[in-house]
Amino acid sequence: MASSTTVDAHDRPRGLGRFLFSTNHKDIGTLYIIVALIGGLVGFLMSIAIRAELTHPGITIFPGLAQLLHGVDPAMALDAGKDLYNVFITVHGVIMIFFFVMPALIGGFANWFIPIMIGAPDMAFPRLNLVSLWLLVGSLVLAVLSLFVEGAPGMHGFSGGWTFYPPLSANLGSPGPAMDFVILALHLLGASSILGSINFIATIFNMRAPGMTLHKMPLFAWAILVTAFLLVITLPVLAGCITMLLTDRNFGTSFYDPAGGGDPLLFQHLFWFFGHPEVYILILPSFGIISHVVSTFSKKPVFGYLGMAYAMVAIGFIGSIVWAHHMFIVGMSLNAQRYFMFATMVVAVPTGIKIFSWIATMWGGSISFRAPMIWAMGFIFVFTMGGVTGVVLANASADRQLHETQYLVAHFHYTMSLGAVFAIFTAVYYWFPKMTGYLYNETLSKVHFALLFIGINLTFFPQHFLGLAGMPRRYIDYPDAFELWNVWSSIGAYISAVSVIIFFYVIIDAFVRRRAAGANPWGVGATTLEWTLSSPPPFHQFQTLPRITGSGHQ
Amino acid sequence: MLTANRHIIRRAAPTAGALFLVFWFAGVAAAGAVGQPEAGGVGLPVMVTPVGQETQAFYNGVLLPIISFIALFVFALLVYVGWRFNEQTNPVPSKLTHHTGLEITWTLIPVLILLFISIPSFRLLAHQVEIPDAKVTIKATGNQWYWSYRYPEDQGGFAFDSMMKPEADLKPGDLRLLAVDNEVVVPVNEVVKVQVVTNDVIHSFAVPAFGVRIDAIPGRLNETWFKAETEGVYYGSCTNICGKDHAFMPIAVRVVSHEKYDEWLAEATVKFAKADAPLHVAADQARR
Repeated sequence: MASSTTVDAHDRPRGLGRFLFSTNHKDIGTLYIIVALIGGLVGFLMSIAIRAELTHPGITIFPGLAQLLHGVDPAMALDAGKDLYNVFITVHGVIMIFFFVMPALIGGFANWFIPIMIGAPDMAFPRLNLVSLWLLVGSLVLAVLSLFVEGAPGMHGFSGGWTFYPPLSANLGSPGPAMDFVILALHLLGASSILGSINFIATIFNMRAPGMTLHKMPLFAWAILVTAFLLVITLPVLAGCITMLLTDRNFGTSFYDPAGGGDPLLFQHLFWFFGHPEVYILILPSFGIISHVVSTFSKKPVFGYLGMAYAMVAIGFIGSIVWAHHMFIVGMSLNAQRYFMFATMVVAVPTGIKIFSWIATMWGGSISFRAPMIWAMGFIFVFTMGGVTGVVLANASADRQLHETQYLVAHFHYTMSLGAVFAIFTAVYYWFPKMTGYLYNETLSKVHFALLFIGINLTFFPQHFLGLAGMPRRYIDYPDAFELWNVWSSIGAYISAVSVIIFFYVIIDAFVRRRAAGANPWGVGATTLEWTLSSPPPFHQFQTLPRITGSGHQ
Repeated sequence: MLTANRHIIRRAAPTAGALFLVFWFAGVAAAGAVGQPEAGGVGLPVMVTPVGQETQAFYNGVLLPIISFIALFVFALLVYVGWRFNEQTNPVPSKLTHHTGLEITWTLIPVLILLFISIPSFRLLAHQVEIPDAKVTIKATGNQWYWSYRYPEDQGGFAFDSMMKPEADLKPGDLRLLAVDNEVVVPVNEVVKVQVVTNDVIHSFAVPAFGVRIDAIPGRLNETWFKAETEGVYYGSCTNICGKDHAFMPIAVRVVSHEKYDEWLAEATVKFAKADAPLHVAADQARR
């Protein structure tokens, strides 16, 4: 609090009001992280329920769960259980994407650190920032409400998968209001993200400190800039897409109903026009974080800074024109499949540039294996694993064999559940001392890493085998031959659960022990602006703007 | 702590490498049981169609070696930099941040690898999508939650529903969740075209041993094909989420000799003579 000044005395809200009405980017970031923590925990518990169900053949967990959650009649429990399983896989996906990874990386860490890293006192539109947060909370409330109203006939909640394909999401498959709640939740969420993205774009373009040109800007800021553009471009398409579904459901239009001249594939094209860039929205911020951590602990500037920045721009651009690779088996023409296949494979090139540039950053460095660095190296490995199976699935020819199998589940969990999640933990362990002012127990953090690395690889690696052997995804029960690898997969999930408990212990332990971190616990490699401030940073930082000199990149 | 790390890294590297090789060879080794999932299987199933075999050769011969090599290469690089460039072995970091030659190399080599992959991939894709002249055309209709099949007029013109056998009705040798009451029967060594439609929501028709998968989409008639070269029963499943019993609408295709196929056609024409009436009603209802 060294630089606290008189400004704080009158405009710093206190108590509950500080968090409910704050326009301070750090407070809002903290609230986003709390939302993400709750969302991540709920989504994770759901995945444990899913793995518990799939451990052995037969339907075991969900009928009981349906009785517990919705009080269904025991005679109806089996059918309700089957539907509840589908609700769980749907909601697990929605929560993890929209209420865990996005609020953690974009609303949370980007909100906290983008203004600081570019030398700005706050975001460009502080009140808009607060609006974004509360729209997200409203969206979460609607999403939770959807679980307790009718979806499929006689069932609770929407059970058609996070991709919401009609007619399963239309009146034919889900006549109840659950899907309407989900659509309205997505509308709020989209509005929240669009406003947040506009805020980031305005902040990054207009509020950089004197001397910080775009080409001197930290890579995390580049990552968030590209992410924000992707959100602003694609979310309105999603909004239109689901609005048409809403009118199909309630006002008798037939955009997606062939009986009225519509086409269910129109929905899929519009959805994936948003949905595919969305996966890059989830991973690009991670790329930015990993670059900083690798550079910090190698005590070297990032290798090939311009290549790294423009690789992200290229990934964002190419990632926006490959959407129909999710639709290779819907009966597209041969030429359309050829185009989407080759364009998708091209994404591997800038991604490869990033992987090799991280390794080149470490090459010749003086690496200290502090906790965040171990997490970052773990990220590079698991993301590579997810990336190479992405190259497999980009081939329309191979996708025909593996589409909608557990192989696909393994692929996107290697990029998201291992990739994005490892990046989130990297960010937590990298910035926790800065955000709170406290050190955490690094040894326990490494134990957390080891357990999660083993557990989550054990969960998802065998799913490649299951998919190759032909086990479809989104199945509550499977032929007995698939039991072996499902058992291993579930054991892996339970090991991951133990690691999550350790994570919470590390965090609570750090708050209890209150070991002061100092302004820069990471040493000479930490060169971005946040390490020039106290830990935690003053309520309003940079009342005198820093001046960036020299020709070096951050 | 750091020396301990080095030891761990030194030991972990060969172990992880060996594990990868084991998985890789396991993936290449063909499975045992034909037409059904193999217990503990780690690779693609035994393929019985030309397209399926080409898919398998492409995955096992091109994709799997390349992706295994890349993953191992990155892992090896990570281990090497961790061992060679840590604080103790390399206390003074270099200032190297640019190397144009290196950057061009790691852009161009992936491009070449992708081009190398795309040649067999495009060839296979054309084989999958372009349908040769078919001897038999079967119409498969997805319903919540079973498949219906219709044979063309020159093959008898009958239709029937194919439901999963409930657990209580399983006979010895029947596979749980895969056995059905009425199997689809097709002749061996003939091109069979499957037209896939749906009566309600989206379903997907997939038979792993044939290398076949195509969605059943409302308002659309999708087509795929296979030419099974070995007699036997081949199981498949619906692979697009379609509601609560998504996991319980299997596909079973029995591939038989021409003689047996003709016998079956004669039997089925009688047995399913009346079965097509309710189907039309169902279709009309779906259309409303």
